[in-house]
Amino acid sequence: MGDIMSSAWLIARKDLAIEFRTRTAFLSAVVFALLGLVIFYFAWDPTAVTTTDLAPGVLWVIFTFSGLLGLHRSFGVEMADHAIDGILASPVSREAIFLGKCIANLVFVIAVQLIAIPALVVFYNLPLGTVAGPLLAIAVLAAIGLAAVGTLFSAMAVNTRLAELLLPMLALPFFVPIVIGAAQATAKLIGGRPVVEVAAWIKLLIAFDIVFVAACALAYPFTVED
Amino acid sequence: MSSTISQSGPPVVEVAALTRAFASRPAVAGVSFSLAAGECLALFGPNGAGKTTLLRVLAGLLKPTSGSARISGIPLPGGSLARSRVGLISHHTMLYDALSPRENVSFAARLYGVRDPRERVDSALRRMSMLERADTPVRSLSRGMQQRVSIARAMVHSPQIVLADEPYSGLDDSGARALTSLLRELLSAGTSIVIVTHNLSEGLSLATHAAVMNRGKFIRYESAARIDPATYATLYREALAAGG
Repeated sequence: MGDIMSSAWLIARKDLAIEFRTRTAFLSAVVFALLGLVIFYFAWDPTAVTTTDLAPGVLWVIFTFSGLLGLHRSFGVEMADHAIDGILASPVSREAIFLGKCIANLVFVIAVQLIAIPALVVFYNLPLGTVAGPLLAIAVLAAIGLAAVGTLFSAMAVNTRLAELLLPMLALPFFVPIVIGAAQATAKLIGGRPVVEVAAWIKLLIAFDIVFVAACALAYPFTVED
Repeated sequence: MSSTISQSGPPVVEVAALTRAFASRPAVAGVSFSLAAGECLALFGPNGAGKTTLLRVLAGLLKPTSGSARISGIPLPGGSLARSRVGLISHHTMLYDALSPRENVSFAARLYGVRDPRERVDSALRRMSMLERADTPVRSLSRGMQQRVSIARAMVHSPQIVLADEPYSGLDDSGARALTSLLRELLSAGTSIVIVTHNLSEGLSLATHAAVMNRGKFIRYESAARIDPATYATLYREALAAGG
C-alpha cells in the first residue's frame, strides 16, 4: 500500500507541476466559474428567488462543469507524445496511476473551489459565518467523488476522437448523486439550518466517495488494456 | 517461420508461438524466438508488419492473444517485476513537453524506484550529451534532442532488456553514433536488446540475430554468424517478395 501511495503521489506531483507550468486548465476553469457566477446572478430576478435559494444550485453547477475542464486535461496531457506508455511500461501498478491522477484532479477541483466559494459569498452576499467549515468539508467530500469518477471516464474518453464530448456524457450521470447530496447539504447550511441536519447528507457523500474511489480504482486497469 | 537459436546462457527473452490479434486480425502471428543476456535481435520489415505490436507485448503494454512471452522467466503481461527489467525506446518520445529533460528523466527514475536518482539522471543525460540542456523545457528542444532525452529516460534504471522501436528516428549523425555506442556498451554489459529499424546497416551492426517480419510472421530468422551485411539487403527484398 505504501508503494502504491508513493507512486500515486509521484504521478500527482508530476501532473500538478505540468499544470503549474502551463496553467491552461486551471485558468480556464477559474474564468469559467467566475463567469458562471456572474451570469447566474444577473439571469435571476432577486425579488423572485432569494440568493440563499439560488446559490447552492449555482455553486454545484459551476463546480461540476469547471471540474470537467481539468478532468479532460488529466489524460489529455499523457497522449501528446504517448507519455502514458512510459508510465504503463514502468513497474508502477495501474491502481497507483489511477490514484495519482485522481489526487491531481482532486487538488485541481479544490483549487477552483477555493477561488469560487469566496467569489460566490461576495457576489451573492451570503451569510456564511459559522457554516464555512462544514461547507468546505462538503466541498472536499464532493470533490473526491467528482475527481474519482471524472478520472476514470477521462481515461476512457481520451482515446476517442470525441473526447471533449464523450467525457461529460459519461461522467455527468455519475456526478448526479454526488451533486444532489452536496447541493442539498449546501442549501441547508446556507439556509441557516443546524449542522446536525446535514449529517445524513455528509454520511451519504462519504459513502459515495468510498464506493466511487474503490470502484473506479478497480475499473481503471481495464481502460488501459488494449 | 519460427526458430530457436542456440543460447550462450539462460534466455532473458523467450517468445513462443506468440499471437496478438486486434479484433480478428492478427498483428503478430505465431512468432517464436529467444535471446540470452548480451544478445541483440534486429527486427526488420515493412510498415504494418507487426514489429511495434511485438515490442509492445514484450513491454507489457499489450496482452498476448495466444502463445507466451517471458522476460527473465516471468510470463507477460507480468507484474511490476517484469516491467522493471525493461527499458522502452519508441519513435514516440513519451516525454512531457512542459517539463525539462531533467524532470522527465527524474520522473522515470522515480517510477522505476532508482536509488540516488539525481546522480543517475545526470549520468543518463550526460551520456546522451543533453546535460547542458537539462533544464530547458522539452517543447523548446528539437526532435532529435527530444529523442536523446527519451533514450536517457529509457536507460536511467539500467534495464536488463532494451526494446528499441525506431530509436534512430530524428537523431542526427552524432546522436545516432552516441546511441549505437551506448547500445554496444549495453550489449557488452549483458543487456539484451530487441531493436526495430528500417535501417539495415544500423540494425545489423548491433545484431547477434536478425529477423524479417511481414504480416505478423518471421519470414527470415538467423544468427549473426550467418548474416552477411553486404548481401542482407538483397535477402531482405527477396524474403519480402516471397513471404509477402
